[in-house]
Amino acid sequence: MRYVLLILLTMVAVVFGIAGLRGHLSRKPPVEIIPDMNRQFKLRPEAADNFFANDHTSQLPPPGTIPRSRPIQTLSGPVYPYEDAPVNTGFITGTTNFVATNPLPVTPALLQQGREQFEIFCTPCHGALGDGNGITKKLGVMPSVANLHDPRIVDMADGEIFNTITHGKNLMGAYGPTVPVQDRWAIIAYVRALQLSWLGSTNDLPPDLRAALK
Amino acid sequence: MPVIFPKWTNQLPFLIAAGLALAGGAVTAGVTYYFTPKYSRVGYEPIQPVPFSHAVHAGQLGMDCRYCHTTVEKSWFSNIPSASTCMNCHNQVLKDDPRLALVRESATNGVPIPWVQIHRVPDYVYFNHSVHVRRGISCVECHGRVDQMDEVHHVQSLTMAFCLNCHRDPAAFIRPESKVTDLGWQWNTNADVAAEMQATNGVKFVHDWRVQSLQNCSACHR
Repeated sequence: MRYVLLILLTMVAVVFGIAGLRGHLSRKPPVEIIPDMNRQFKLRPEAADNFFANDHTSQLPPPGTIPRSRPIQTLSGPVYPYEDAPVNTGFITGTTNFVATNPLPVTPALLQQGREQFEIFCTPCHGALGDGNGITKKLGVMPSVANLHDPRIVDMADGEIFNTITHGKNLMGAYGPTVPVQDRWAIIAYVRALQLSWLGSTNDLPPDLRAALK
Repeated sequence: MPVIFPKWTNQLPFLIAAGLALAGGAVTAGVTYYFTPKYSRVGYEPIQPVPFSHAVHAGQLGMDCRYCHTTVEKSWFSNIPSASTCMNCHNQVLKDDPRLALVRESATNGVPIPWVQIHRVPDYVYFNHSVHVRRGISCVECHGRVDQMDEVHHVQSLTMAFCLNCHRDPAAFIRPESKVTDLGWQWNTNADVAAEMQATNGVKFVHDWRVQSLQNCSACHR
């Protein structure tokens, strides 16, 4: 009996020694003990697969096709993403002049959306206040970051800001591929609100609030 | 005439039974402990082609998860950023660093970086990221404190029991939608107060946002 116990204990120690505890860090891919239908013969996004010529599962739409989409509700009615309209391009239709004001109705909800998106995509460099004092400035890793309260940007047409976000400018990268059109206009609306918060004076307040301040 | 079965053989059936019970118990314990994703998946930490540190980007720099994982709120699938997203900053920051050679190459020639997927549920599980993050379930519930990991490893088992644990009581996990990507967020630094706020607000959020947390098979398997 003693020997049986000893053998058993040795085996337990060996298994434990080799397999270790739950949760230990391992470089080896997980073993699927009962693989069954875990991995199916289907394409999953962003995977390598030789079904398409370029060996990716995620493909760009073929040239000339238009993605199924819903229209964007603008001040001048619904606009589809393929239309040549200010909301899609930042230009006044048929010209190369920037549209002066936001084509989307500026509502509290849009400003809130703009704030959220601004804080995701813009604050790392431009800072939460838009003054160009983001974390990159604090670490001194970027030579120049625009201060969004600069008169040059305050006076800029909304369409030009849209164009800058979409295609980038100087060292700033293009955010068109990652930030959808509505979010870009929401960011612009929020940037305008930020600018107002710096440019405003007590004279902008309604009389009763102004009296309360004094 | 010597006896065929000496006296000690009387104990033999007992010994065999005891031996089998011990061996069976050891095997059962071993299978229970090891034959589960809690052992096989948790702790998986592959070597990535680029030594990207979430601890630096999401932790130290305080970047939002969605700066890179842009589709997480809109799609069932949370994307890996393209190299051009990296180049938004790394065209200036560490722009000649050899660790980023693969990123620069990928941004130039469009060949994807072969990142190694860590979290992957079986193909018959139709997990949807957007419905979870848009209804107050934080990244941290499944992925752990990624903002503190230099190299990401698998933290939760992501077994069906793990999913059901939350689906049976979403109020215990739900949080304000604006705090979903704030991985270290708590209701309160005092654990008791936090638990109480979670209890009251959790029930409220589940009701107000009409969170269904389905438990039928076809919610996830189809």
